[in-house]
Amino acid sequence: MAPDPQAPKTYPRPLSPHLQIYKPQLTSVLSISHRMTGIALFIGLFVLIAWLYGLAFSPAMFSCLQDILTSFLGRMALLGWTFCLFYHLCNGVRHLLWDAGYGFEIPIAYATGWVVVFGSVGLTLFCWYIAYGERGREFWMGM
Amino acid sequence: MQKSNSMQSKLAKAKGLGSAHDGTHHWWMQRLTAIAILPLAVWFAGSLVALVGADAGLIASWLSRPWNAILMLLFVCVSLYHGVLGMQVVVEDYVHHAGWKFGMLIGMKLLLWLGWTVTAFSILKIALM
Repeated sequence: MAPDPQAPKTYPRPLSPHLQIYKPQLTSVLSISHRMTGIALFIGLFVLIAWLYGLAFSPAMFSCLQDILTSFLGRMALLGWTFCLFYHLCNGVRHLLWDAGYGFEIPIAYATGWVVVFGSVGLTLFCWYIAYGERGREFWMGM
Repeated sequence: MQKSNSMQSKLAKAKGLGSAHDGTHHWWMQRLTAIAILPLAVWFAGSLVALVGADAGLIASWLSRPWNAILMLLFVCVSLYHGVLGMQVVVEDYVHHAGWKFGMLIGMKLLLWLGWTVTAFSILKIALM
């Protein structure tokens, strides 16, 4: 289409600053972490399904999966998934409270944010302490 | 009667489903599945902690108890549904190439059905043997 000589001269429209311009804040970091932990958990679900399938139908596949999951890197991944689960769970409750209309005030959003951080780290450590409290020493000594 | 400039029919307005034709269904299902997963995830984490160090036979006999099988089936299937709803939003937000986006959205739905079926088949086999 030919340019309209009557049209006013246009200039590039102003752009909103991109995300990396902003200083990271607790609220924004927790927000993107919710998505990232969700993606990690989605991947983890398929590992769980493969594990259940192996348990039911393929002893070879099951023992292979067990070997991978109980290796050092496997345990690190399981530790990560434990944190992701508790983080997504705690922050999910925070989201549900927002959906119900509570906790939007800035100081409360920060306070619940810190509860999520300490709560999910605490629950992760608690689970792993219960699971490996006594056995853990043997495991780490054997490395 | 108030005059409206809207092009929307009165029926469409009353249904309130918007241009995607499913209204708040996605949003609502994401919240509903989240509420269902809350107790299931706590049960799941506790169970795995209790099963640390168990061999395949012990895990299978644990899973063959009715309520363990039922809760595991619920946990995996509801979580998978919740996960696909969430991944749909992630894909819609970050994948801008129309072909990739469309392909991934369809692929995830197919993966959901496959995941549900494999999970049900595996757990039922263990529980009913």
